[in-house]
Amino acid sequence: MNVLVCVKRVPLTGGRITLTDDQRALSTKHLGFTVSPHEECAVEEAVQIIEREGGTVTVLTLGPSEAEEQLRDMMAIGADRAIHLVSDEEWDAQGTAAAIVAAIQGDETAHELILFGNESADAGNYQVAIRVAHALQRPVITGVKALAFDLDPAHPRAICEQEVAGGRDVYEVPLPAVVAVKEGINLPRYPSVPGRLRATRKPVDASSPPRPAAQLEMVRLVLPPDSGKQVQVLGRGPEAAPAVVEILGELGVL
Amino acid sequence: MSSPSASLPASQSIVIIGAGIVGNSLAYHLTRLGQRDITLIDKGPLPNPGGSTGHASNFIFPVDHSKEMTQLTLESMRQYKELGVFIESGGIEVARGEARMQELQRRVSSAISWGIEPVSIISPQEVRELVPYIDERLIVGGFYTPGAGVVDSLRAATIMRERAQQAGLTVAANTEVLGLDVEGGRIRRVRTTRGDIEAERVVIACGCWSPKLARMAGASIPLTPAVHQMIDIGPVPRFADAKGMIEYPIIRDVDTNMYERQEGTGLEIGSYAHRPIMMDAEEIPSIEESALSPTELPFTQGDFDPQMEIALELMPEIVGDESVGVKYAINGLLSVTYDGLPLLGETPEVRGLWSAAAIWIKEGPGAGKTVAELMVHGESEIDVYESNIARAYPSMKTRRHVQARAGEGFNKMYGIVHPAEQWESDRGVRLPPFHERERALGAVFYEAAGWERPVWYEANAGLLDEYGDRIARREAEWEARWWSPIINAEHLAMRDRAAIVDLTAFAIFDVSGPAALDTVQRLAMRQMDVPVGRVVYTPILTPGGTFKQDLTIMRMAEDRFRVVTGGAYGMSDLKWFRDHLPQDGSAQVHDQTSAWTTLGLWGPRARDVLASVARGDVSHDGFPFAHWRSLEIGPLEVLASRISYVGDLGWELYVPMEQGARLWDLLWEAGEPHGMIAAGSGVYGTTGRLEKGYRAYGAELDGEYNVVEAGMAWGSVKAEDFVGKPAHVAHREEDPAARMCTLTVEDHTSSSGVKRYMLGKEPILTRDGRPITDRRGRRSYVTSAGSAPSLGRYLLMSYLPPEHARIGEELLVQYMGERYPVTVRSIDATSLFDPDNSRIRR
Repeated sequence: MNVLVCVKRVPLTGGRITLTDDQRALSTKHLGFTVSPHEECAVEEAVQIIEREGGTVTVLTLGPSEAEEQLRDMMAIGADRAIHLVSDEEWDAQGTAAAIVAAIQGDETAHELILFGNESADAGNYQVAIRVAHALQRPVITGVKALAFDLDPAHPRAICEQEVAGGRDVYEVPLPAVVAVKEGINLPRYPSVPGRLRATRKPVDASSPPRPAAQLEMVRLVLPPDSGKQVQVLGRGPEAAPAVVEILGELGVL
Repeated sequence: MSSPSASLPASQSIVIIGAGIVGNSLAYHLTRLGQRDITLIDKGPLPNPGGSTGHASNFIFPVDHSKEMTQLTLESMRQYKELGVFIESGGIEVARGEARMQELQRRVSSAISWGIEPVSIISPQEVRELVPYIDERLIVGGFYTPGAGVVDSLRAATIMRERAQQAGLTVAANTEVLGLDVEGGRIRRVRTTRGDIEAERVVIACGCWSPKLARMAGASIPLTPAVHQMIDIGPVPRFADAKGMIEYPIIRDVDTNMYERQEGTGLEIGSYAHRPIMMDAEEIPSIEESALSPTELPFTQGDFDPQMEIALELMPEIVGDESVGVKYAINGLLSVTYDGLPLLGETPEVRGLWSAAAIWIKEGPGAGKTVAELMVHGESEIDVYESNIARAYPSMKTRRHVQARAGEGFNKMYGIVHPAEQWESDRGVRLPPFHERERALGAVFYEAAGWERPVWYEANAGLLDEYGDRIARREAEWEARWWSPIINAEHLAMRDRAAIVDLTAFAIFDVSGPAALDTVQRLAMRQMDVPVGRVVYTPILTPGGTFKQDLTIMRMAEDRFRVVTGGAYGMSDLKWFRDHLPQDGSAQVHDQTSAWTTLGLWGPRARDVLASVARGDVSHDGFPFAHWRSLEIGPLEVLASRISYVGDLGWELYVPMEQGARLWDLLWEAGEPHGMIAAGSGVYGTTGRLEKGYRAYGAELDGEYNVVEAGMAWGSVKAEDFVGKPAHVAHREEDPAARMCTLTVEDHTSSSGVKRYMLGKEPILTRDGRPITDRRGRRSYVTSAGSAPSLGRYLLMSYLPPEHARIGEELLVQYMGERYPVTVRSIDATSLFDPDNSRIRR
């Protein structure tokens, strides 16, 4: 099976988020970058699929030239090749989906499965996977936490489990299909050193698609108000134990 | 413990900023020395406030070529062991080629010189027995230090802080310093997010952030944060059943600027091989902005790719294992200075503001103890003159210089660095007025105190023919590097005729005012109440009676003295004098370093040369030794001082800097009929000096040895008080534990038939090959080494305990893994050349 996984370069946040002066982006002066966690799981899933079933994994991104780092990261954990749609501009979901569709249609490899993360870690529009599936006229399942296949040559199908309140919905869809997965579907592996080194030599097809006029424009970002964290000293040494037990009881973790 | 609601003390004796390994150990040692009213502040949380201590690799290899750094490391190891946080894993520096094997032999020598045993050179197979996952086919051998190990520096810091708290230390975590107030040149106040603290003394122990804190007070701590990349990979199947945290020796793959070490089930791989990545202290992210910590920056994979290839090649079983993942990868920040040494002591800009910065884990507790001692006693058990923050000249503190040199030094972290190796970056900053003349003569310049100083002149190559067989050539590339036989030829020409020597690198300062005599009298060991016109060569002592410096002082007037000292530590000396001025302002110190330039003129024809151009009496009677006079040379008024560091008749000639070129020209013209040459510092600093047994500060003289041991306790002790007097008097009454000796090398021929020449710091051994230790535990090692062209010998200077300090005593010196016979030729450094000093005093 040939699998395409779409990923997005996003800032690796961990500390306080600050905005740029125009309030339209995160200040990334001190930040590293990664792909969205759901997408990292999508790549891991794709790698596990081809380890089981054979085939290739192609990883695709639309982003600045620096996003090649993220493509290499993904190739380090097992993707075979990358497609890089290079652009320094911000793209809305419609434009992004259109560019991805064009890339898929133009690619010599036919992808039976296209994986997305359920939503990007920064914009969180929840749209691109659905728009791509619609344009390609393929079925799409989102929020997937388990993925299996029945690869009967006549009727190959994907069996997708979606997490819902109190249980799971199971969908069976014919391939080719588009699936958006969520964190928890697997535990992504760490790259090995040989994997890292192989990734530096794997092919990246770069092109620069023109950006269509934006239909959706981000005006500005607003940081949520400070959650007003407070520190309360419950006591010192063994004497603090009863107070700690009481708090844990209130939190319902005991 | 501190809680955010508790208020800070309103005033303190000492405020320490920075709760890493340095700040905590300093707090502990200050309380141990009885200091009270101390607050330790950090903007981060405890126990890991987010500085370099928190991500340090924490391993310690004790052997370094620098005595000072080795002593700090050994003291730190002693403390880590006492704190129970040291795991002795052993460590191996592996060699990938023969040049490195030679360097490893040099490390054996340094280990013996500094008393670190056992160490050994081991074969690739032996390396593999100790570290079974290494591909030993890539290496040709290793330097094994069984005593190397790994520490828990955060735990050590915590224990020391807790001990200090039991002695009353106040700890203020999560408290950021907003400003440092200075009044009247003195630190007064620390302003923080939790209020102000009045403070008599403030210590900046903030690692990478130190420059930013120093700038708050208008001072300078010239270091730069630099990136050190490291990754952790694991879990490693081979380490799955490791019994302890550290089971295998640390590997330093020094030829690739990398290290690999096992910890738990992981392998840590670190590198100094990548491009130097510097930043400014102000650019370090805040704790809130940091994904990990402020000093654990996002990893830049591309910089590390080549290092991964290297590690994979060296340890294929582990690094090549597809199941072993890269779990952690950072661009860790650490502090790097322009000369690779720490920055310790009171800042020269602000009284009461101290620096304990540019210290790594391996020196942390030792540096903490040392700075505490300096603050309490004014001197420390380990002499850290090389690390004295006051050493830097202004140009060395500039951002450009710090970043250029730190960057150049970064990739030499594990390099094979020749003792005379020169910096390549940011040269040509301080140029003597004769610089163009020197260039025209083919001068080969080394940097001295930031000055470009000729070491020899290619224009003198013709002298090699003149002196022929009297000049030994050096056959081995190592010793021929950064050296020329022309130095020895210049030496002989000076001894036969005359030479001028560029001495611009001197540091010069005047002490003046009604209390000028009292001031120099209190600092100088020798009598300073001398007539105007006298020049006094004197030791400057520490309170313990060891060497702070040796220098000359001219009495210029009843109330004015001119101090001339070596450039290297000139700014440290300036601070020492400033620190000892009377409180009432009745004496002042004025730095004259950039106002005066100096040319030395020495040799049997020096008087003839000078007499031919100078108006004034330059006869022996009219201008006796150890006097200065004002002379006219052409249109120049010249201060001539009749002393010599090369053992020949002559003068130091001082003129205002802008007149230096004219002085050169006048002397050059006058010297021509007398066969005068220009000689470089190779003659001045080494060959001329060694033939006379003249000691050099930083080589023979330092804070470890006293005046009696150095053989400089001639004459009686003056009646007046001076710093170090009680100790000095006591030293005179005891038998010296060691005496300064001059030795000759009897046979230079190595086992391969090549003549080898020691370059300094090699251990002196007994004839049966045992190291020599004096009763104070100090090893005998070569303090200086060099040719004595007039004697046709090669000389070594070394302190030897009395049982070996006997003329004719036969000993060995260990050099590059071989031992060479040496003989003691003089005690107390009596001159081997012209022992009666008849050449000087005529």
